[in-house]
Amino acid sequence: MTVGETGASPVLEIAALERAFGQNRVLKNVDLAVSPGEVLVLMGANGAGKSTLVKIIAGVLAPGAGRMTLAGRPYRPARPIDAVAAGLSVVHQQINDAVAPDLSVAQNLLLDRLCSGRTGAFYSPRRARREAEAIQAILGLSLPLDRAVSEIPLADRQLVAICRALAEDPKVLVLDEPTSSLSQREAERLFGIVEMLKARGVAILYITHRMSDIRRLADRIVTLRDGRITGEFRPPLDYEGAVTAMLGAPIQRGGETIRSGTRPVLSVEDIRLTSWSRPFSFTLDAGEVTAITGLVGTGKSRLAEVVFGLAPAAKGRMRLMGEPYGPHDCGAAIEAGVFLAAKDRATSSIVPGFDIARNLSLPFLSHRSRAGFVDRAGERQRARRTIADLSIVCQGEADDMATLSGGNQQKVVVGRWLAEPCKLLILDEPFQGVDIKARGDIARRLRETAGDRATLVLVTEIDEALEVADRILVMSDHTIVGDHRTGPGFDLSRLLAEVAGEIDVDPLPSPDRLESAAG
Amino acid sequence: MTIAARDLSIRYGFFVLLVALALFFYVAQPAFLSVRSFVFVFQSVSITAILALGVTGTLVVGGFDLSIGSVAASSMMAASYAMVIWGWGTAETVLLCIGFGLLAGLLNGLIIVYGRVPDLLATLGTMFLLLGLQLVPTAGRSIARGMTLPDGTTASGSFDASFLALGRARLFDVLPVSVVVMLTLAVAIFVFLESTRWGRVMYAIGSNEQASRLAGAPVARYKIAAYMISGAFASIGGILLAARVGRGDVSSGNNLLLDAVAAALIGFAVLGAAKPNAFGTLIGALFVGMLLQGLTMMNAPYYTQDAVKGGVLVIALLFTFSLTRRAGR
Repeated sequence: MTVGETGASPVLEIAALERAFGQNRVLKNVDLAVSPGEVLVLMGANGAGKSTLVKIIAGVLAPGAGRMTLAGRPYRPARPIDAVAAGLSVVHQQINDAVAPDLSVAQNLLLDRLCSGRTGAFYSPRRARREAEAIQAILGLSLPLDRAVSEIPLADRQLVAICRALAEDPKVLVLDEPTSSLSQREAERLFGIVEMLKARGVAILYITHRMSDIRRLADRIVTLRDGRITGEFRPPLDYEGAVTAMLGAPIQRGGETIRSGTRPVLSVEDIRLTSWSRPFSFTLDAGEVTAITGLVGTGKSRLAEVVFGLAPAAKGRMRLMGEPYGPHDCGAAIEAGVFLAAKDRATSSIVPGFDIARNLSLPFLSHRSRAGFVDRAGERQRARRTIADLSIVCQGEADDMATLSGGNQQKVVVGRWLAEPCKLLILDEPFQGVDIKARGDIARRLRETAGDRATLVLVTEIDEALEVADRILVMSDHTIVGDHRTGPGFDLSRLLAEVAGEIDVDPLPSPDRLESAAG
Repeated sequence: MTIAARDLSIRYGFFVLLVALALFFYVAQPAFLSVRSFVFVFQSVSITAILALGVTGTLVVGGFDLSIGSVAASSMMAASYAMVIWGWGTAETVLLCIGFGLLAGLLNGLIIVYGRVPDLLATLGTMFLLLGLQLVPTAGRSIARGMTLPDGTTASGSFDASFLALGRARLFDVLPVSVVVMLTLAVAIFVFLESTRWGRVMYAIGSNEQASRLAGAPVARYKIAAYMISGAFASIGGILLAARVGRGDVSSGNNLLLDAVAAALIGFAVLGAAKPNAFGTLIGALFVGMLLQGLTMMNAPYYTQDAVKGGVLVIALLFTFSLTRRAGR
């Protein structure tokens, strides 16, 4: 049995855990142990089984087989509340699921007590406030207790969720991708809190695949891939080895050629994304897939908006095929041959009332119609071709979008913009909520078709960048801080350091970044 | 219910209901299934249906137009004023009214798109505005031949015979002109919405505006155009109303808004579309007309009509929103 850094015996132990959905075995013989005062990082790419594991630990899902013990006693929660009672609290990735937005912060902190009926029939705002004060004192926070949760920022809501989890004095705290929607500064505050909890002897299972979190917090790393534990790393931590164990293949894609571009398509010259950020320049070449990676909120989507005509840059120029370029709206960008598959497909790409064929043809209806009348037969024929090219799993091109899985919906979104030739194709988080198989199909198709155009993929996850790109640019604080070519000589540790903001080309004073949690 | 049976009932349930009702009325009153009775039903719903077809356009882009009733009434007053007081001819009058309808739609569209006022509130505002404005030129009086004007003189003009024919003449002695206009507009808007790329984009905007914008659609222009279509259709309804009544009656057109909106909403249920559609709107209008005609022939009192319409609307909406809601949404 594994023993943590502190030498204490593990408080949560999981042995030979199994879980399947139908034929699909999601967790295979998983062993895991976490000790008091230890931060155990569980790393895994999208679809590795992390969420399933968390749900089993939290009592949301039942395990298929295996044993769990908590503080020496058998642990088999049937409901989430059993887990809390046994001393295990989980802060889920979807922060908004963990808070009641219309209630005040104080009421949210006491939600478990209110719901379990331990407060008596009458609710006393005074007493609630007092108890809430006591709960937030655990973390030394001063949240606005009387404000509604919907009025406070996302990062503060997460602190509310964490505080609430700590209200029951757990022995084990599970944090599921807690920084996925936080800015760098907000993440820093969270790290401070995690360290404080660690010092208090709480065992922390920290689920992430974000290198900056891992470097900052991990005492030990366990990697999960395809439902199996593939590696365990103790200090001195071998980050590169962990990433490799998480991805399963050596970073350099064996056999696949790394291409270099042929001619410049888009050049961005001294662009400032915001009035306060550092200017940067880069050029994208035809025939090359370039990824820009960086944490959430570092300006990747902003860059996409600037290039696609949704927002102006604060400063700077762009050239497309050597000509000055500055689209005033999306229509102009598309006209000029710049396409964007925007992030968050449900809100920004998919038309729920339309079938697959109509979703595919939406931007190019003028090409698909004669004298204004849509050529339905041609539209459906093209849709069938796209379905075949991208291996979209469906009954046919007339299927409703709602019947498709997330991965297949994303294939429709990508297929929409692959249907016509373009000069530059930008894909913002094309692998969001996409399973491994679909992700592979999309990446393969993007590389197959990359010939004549420049392709720019914006991803937060480094492993996704490595899977699809010939060249990786790193964005930090709204500027480009690194430029790498994948293939021989690729320097992963430098890239990881750049993502984490540890390599500053020319550090700007930013006192707010040092603001601590207790701050 | 099996899935197939459920699908069938969603798709054809409304038609079954329509046929069943027709049979019921036929058994009760054999005269119900005569050509004369059918023509009457068509004629009675023609103006409502034209307004409803227009409002369907705004529903398609995810909007709503509450001003159609008062646009129609204002258009009727404008037609009467132009003919009776200015002595204009038929062609100029018709163009004036349609131009007015387009302008009213443009105003709605601008307020909604650039003023960012929610559609229901914006069109409620213009509804009141037009209801009041139409009274101003005549100081609140109805317009008829030989009326006394506010300055004491007598109006010299009169309704042109060719104008009145729009409301009263029949094609081949059977089909009233208003029915022909209704059917023509129905086919036109149906083809426009279902088969052209502009109609397709309008549906896309109604279903996911952001996605349509990111796909390059000029969303603002489409939305404004939808309100202009709605305004133009309403003004055509007003012209036909003026031609039928033969005077500019300040109180006509009161029911037009509610009847038209009901027809468009009932249309959601036709063929299980679960969305605004021109064919459904037409069927919805005819359904209400048929029901009222049947009940009238069976001597149901006049004052029960609104209750009947309301009942039909509620049932149709239940059809749309509970039966057709697909799994997984």
